[in-house]
Amino acid sequence: MPGSPFPRDPFFPKIFLSHDLLPHDLLLGSSPVMPRYSLGLALVLPALTIIVLFFIVPLTASVIGAFRIGDGFGIGNFEKAFSLYTADIIFSLAVVALSTLLIGLFSIAIGGYLVLGENPRAVAILRWLYRWPLFIPFIVVGQILRTFLAKNGLMNNILVGAGILTPLQTTGLLDWRGIVIAFVWKQTPFVALLVSGAMASIDRGTIEAARNLGASRFRILWEIIVPQVRGTLSVGLILSFVTMMSVLSVPLMINAQSPTMITADIAFRINSYGDYGVANALGFISLILTSCVAWIYMRQAVKERM
Amino acid sequence: MSLLKFDPWWLLRGAVLGLLAFAIFGPIANLLLWAVAERWYFPHMLPLEYGFSFWARVFAPRGNAMVSLLNSVMIAVLTVGMALLVAIPAGYALARCKLPLRGLILIAFLIPQAFPNLPVYVNIAQLFYQVGLNGTVPGVVIVHVTHGLVYAVWIATAAFSAVDRELEEAARSIGASGLRAFADITLPLAAPGLMASAVFVFLESLDEFTGTYFVGAPDVSTLPLLLYTAGAGGNYQVASITALLLLIPSIGFMLVVERFLKADVLSRVGR
Repeated sequence: MPGSPFPRDPFFPKIFLSHDLLPHDLLLGSSPVMPRYSLGLALVLPALTIIVLFFIVPLTASVIGAFRIGDGFGIGNFEKAFSLYTADIIFSLAVVALSTLLIGLFSIAIGGYLVLGENPRAVAILRWLYRWPLFIPFIVVGQILRTFLAKNGLMNNILVGAGILTPLQTTGLLDWRGIVIAFVWKQTPFVALLVSGAMASIDRGTIEAARNLGASRFRILWEIIVPQVRGTLSVGLILSFVTMMSVLSVPLMINAQSPTMITADIAFRINSYGDYGVANALGFISLILTSCVAWIYMRQAVKERM
Repeated sequence: MSLLKFDPWWLLRGAVLGLLAFAIFGPIANLLLWAVAERWYFPHMLPLEYGFSFWARVFAPRGNAMVSLLNSVMIAVLTVGMALLVAIPAGYALARCKLPLRGLILIAFLIPQAFPNLPVYVNIAQLFYQVGLNGTVPGVVIVHVTHGLVYAVWIATAAFSAVDRELEEAARSIGASGLRAFADITLPLAAPGLMASAVFVFLESLDEFTGTYFVGAPDVSTLPLLLYTAGAGGNYQVASITALLLLIPSIGFMLVVERFLKADVLSRVGR
């Protein structure tokens, strides 16, 4: 637990120094005879109950539902899911993997410049600039990028107006590229915020030493800073990976064609056919995909601590 | 280096920062234009006519938008209330009490963010349908609370940990009861952090789409659902105005987040 539990004042009443008799034990009347954990558990229980009842139970139901066929169990739902949606599963994985890679690179670049940038004014501008999409909801991101990236959207209009493109050369980006742009646009500030915080707190000594020895800023970033923030970077990227695997609004709004993301397929199975079996099978597949990523990370984290 | 001397690096910096500004503000500017465009079609770079007739339509007293806006705010307020009601005791316990498997309990609140939640919403909708919660405000609130609880509990825990224990103990030593010490010392000192967690939960609820889409629609309409329907129907003006309504609280909070979340609290989040 953070912070020192013991007061520094040596004349502080002895009774409150004791860890065995914490103030709340006295206050809420739980006698020291009772198990020491009971009060804490009672306070945590309502919040935990909500998580169990309204997340873990339906998650379990979804896993069970994926294997349920009529009254029995089997893998029929998965056979159907793979025969209909194999292309979409690969598409989802490719789009999310590419987005994760780009988010990682951009976050390192932003965090690196914030830490190593030599011009305070440029650093201040970047710090002010990069965070804007942080709290913009996905549904709004979907809407603004749909109108911005369309074949006759504002981006192409500006490029044509500036004479960079002719109207015949314009193409809409509302396919896999639109989804990747939306994901990178929305998630990079989140990961960059985490990464730049971690970068700011690492020891400046090694950086200065490397700089005195003549290492370039790019080398310092790649060989000294990035290895030290790898943990934070991985956590941010995994959370982004999971988020992108669950977002429904962006694929629905930006890419209303085939192939599309698994999430859009799940919504389609439910809304058009009431087909919970295949929907749950697709949900299970996305669960496995994210678990694999989390597992790879965990294994690496454990290996690094050995 | 003299200020008057031209620094050639600014060419590169300007190009990169300019590109970044275009990538970030271009789409946002696009939204603002659509919100005030009366007529706008290809190949015109800018709208042909500006006006607020769509705003009048959105804010008409009996329009769908007003219902959705009121629903959204009501659901968000109820979500914050319910989340804080369970998160304040839980956060206090996680910060101060002895708990078995404390790390595991903290992680448990992250579960709704760490697993793809679409399959969960699908099944919760089925579950709620059986108990009559589907298509009701309480049903939607429960889904939002579950999803927002990680912010509420983690930030509340960090906020309570950041309160100096000595202050509580000093109050106790001069005769304040434990409950009094909590109400007069701990709670007010943790208030900015709790405020931040409330704002996070509020925004999370205001912006939530997927859960509401499965549990609430079509009986309970919120702003994100309205945005989706308007956009799917090709009404970009109404969609953009709705998006703008959702953007204002989000960006406002982004600009002031550091005032609420002090570094001493932030550094304790998740510990």
